Amino acid sequence: MSGIFTKSMARNIFYGGTVFFFLLFLALTFDSHREFPKRDNSQNLTPQVIAGKKIWETRNCIGCHTLLGEGAYFAPELGNVYPRRGPDFIKGWMQAQPTGAPGRRQMPQFHLTDEELDNIVAFLKYTSEINTANWPPNIEG
Amino acid sequence: MQYQSQAVAKPYFIAAIALFTGQILFGLIMGMQYVVGDFLFPEIPFNVARMVHTNLLIVWLLFGFMGAAYYMVPEESETELYSPKLAIALFWIFLLAGAATVLGYLFVPYATLAELTGNDLLATMGREFLEQPLPTKLGIVVVALAFLFNITMTVLKGRKTAISTVLLIGLWGLAIFFLFSFYNPHNLVKDKYYWWWVVHLWVEGVWELILGALLAFVLIKVTGVDREVIEKWLYVIITLTLVTGIIGTGHHYYWIGAPEYWQWWGSIFSALEPIPFFAMTVFAFNMVNRRRREHPNKAAVLWALGTGVMAFLGAGVWGFLHTLAPVNYYTHGSQITAAHGHMAFYGAYVMVVLTLISYAMPIIRGRAANSNKAQVLEMWSFWLMTIAMVFITLFLTAAGILQVWLQRVAEVPMSFMATQDQVALFYWMREWAGVMFLIGLIVYIVSFFVNGDDKATAR
Repeated sequence: MSGIFTKSMARNIFYGGTVFFFLLFLALTFDSHREFPKRDNSQNLTPQVIAGKKIWETRNCIGCHTLLGEGAYFAPELGNVYPRRGPDFIKGWMQAQPTGAPGRRQMPQFHLTDEELDNIVAFLKYTSEINTANWPPNIEG
Repeated sequence: MQYQSQAVAKPYFIAAIALFTGQILFGLIMGMQYVVGDFLFPEIPFNVARMVHTNLLIVWLLFGFMGAAYYMVPEESETELYSPKLAIALFWIFLLAGAATVLGYLFVPYATLAELTGNDLLATMGREFLEQPLPTKLGIVVVALAFLFNITMTVLKGRKTAISTVLLIGLWGLAIFFLFSFYNPHNLVKDKYYWWWVVHLWVEGVWELILGALLAFVLIKVTGVDREVIEKWLYVIITLTLVTGIIGTGHHYYWIGAPEYWQWWGSIFSALEPIPFFAMTVFAFNMVNRRRREHPNKAAVLWALGTGVMAFLGAGVWGFLHTLAPVNYYTHGSQITAAHGHMAFYGAYVMVVLTLISYAMPIIRGRAANSNKAQVLEMWSFWLMTIAMVFITLFLTAAGILQVWLQRVAEVPMSFMATQDQVALFYWMREWAGVMFLIGLIVYIVSFFVNGDDKATAR
């Protein structure tokens, strides 16, 4: 950097650049909001799904699993577990935990009622119907 | 120490290192659970260990940032801190709130914790990194605001430098974007979209301003290079950071239900995100090469250079590795992500906080630098931890490539768990590298208690 390029020029470019790109980000966010209804499956956001999301959160499922690829990488992706396994398997699986198989990864038993299990299944079904640009690459997640 | 009130940084640094140790111990527990699945189950399930591991990281880095600010700002502003008492009070509030939260994670089932702490009033819990109960989140806001008040008032009454301005913008940004942690819409797509306004705009945005300010401060002190030069570099680096990083948020919007044009915006801008990190590396080496003095604290110089290199590798190179949408389609949410996360956090934020501690702690303890013996030990810890982190990253990357291949690319894809069994060897190697990291950390802590009788470094 030569003497022509001064600190105050660098500072002005910083402020100008930051403001410009933040405004661009806001504009893209605004446009994203217009596009969301076409992709986010919000028409199926029933009270049951909302209750299921809360169970998902209060059992800290994201502490082991990924959901649409985000979370921990210790246990399978659940964004597409509904088409992969189906509702009955999901409920049966959760009721059977922990397996207690020696040396294997263990999932806690959450003692969910049948209604709560249905809620979480509804949430996972709703999630699986979000348009994720065909991610994950295959059913294994 | 030029100003008495800079000493309030000391408890912040001590707490940071203590919590850092806790973070590493829980990291080792998790690493073990990756290969011996039922290790410590049901006492410490994986999700609890992970919450503790990641939350401790965030909290100790915040302690580090706050301590750094309390140390730097009086010196930059050439005035005593606005209120040292407030700084000490906030320290205890933050430490107790942090400790209570971690104990809550460990000893109360998460659903019960949510019920007890008012999650029904405003559901914010159970999202990655933002697992804290509502009172903790509110506490973070209160502590952050009081801290910012203290720092801002100090800057306002004294000299205004580019470093303190950039530091303030970074810290205010940190507090402001944390407010999005209170926004948790039922709509999962919007939930995820704005979750990144905390997570991405922190670590790939405003935190980098804090990083730049800390590094610039230490470089001025240890190299004696003209402030004008260093501050010009600082502005250039953070310009590059935000110009690429803000739109770069788009690399998280590929597969969560956001419009597909984000694949273009995210790929192009985040492909440029390594540039500011590269500039930082060049900056650090350039300034040290042009040094006008030989600072007795060699360890601090090593940490500063290490930050430049490791931040570029971890955040820059390992970020670029999987940031382009067609690549990320296969690597998203795999061990590649974990590899990047580890080296980026270590190289950028852990190392810059340790740089500042390395520089400031001896001065707070009444000497320009530690004895030669203590510095040698500290440099050993630098290499042990840094090389261990390189290995952790390489092993996780190997695991990730294999995982992606078996589970997502192969003609007959394997299930998640079958794939995990196939890559177990790499998880074992990662765990051993983790043990090496812990040894490095122990050496680091020991270096604080080594006196040596090197009179040359006494002030």
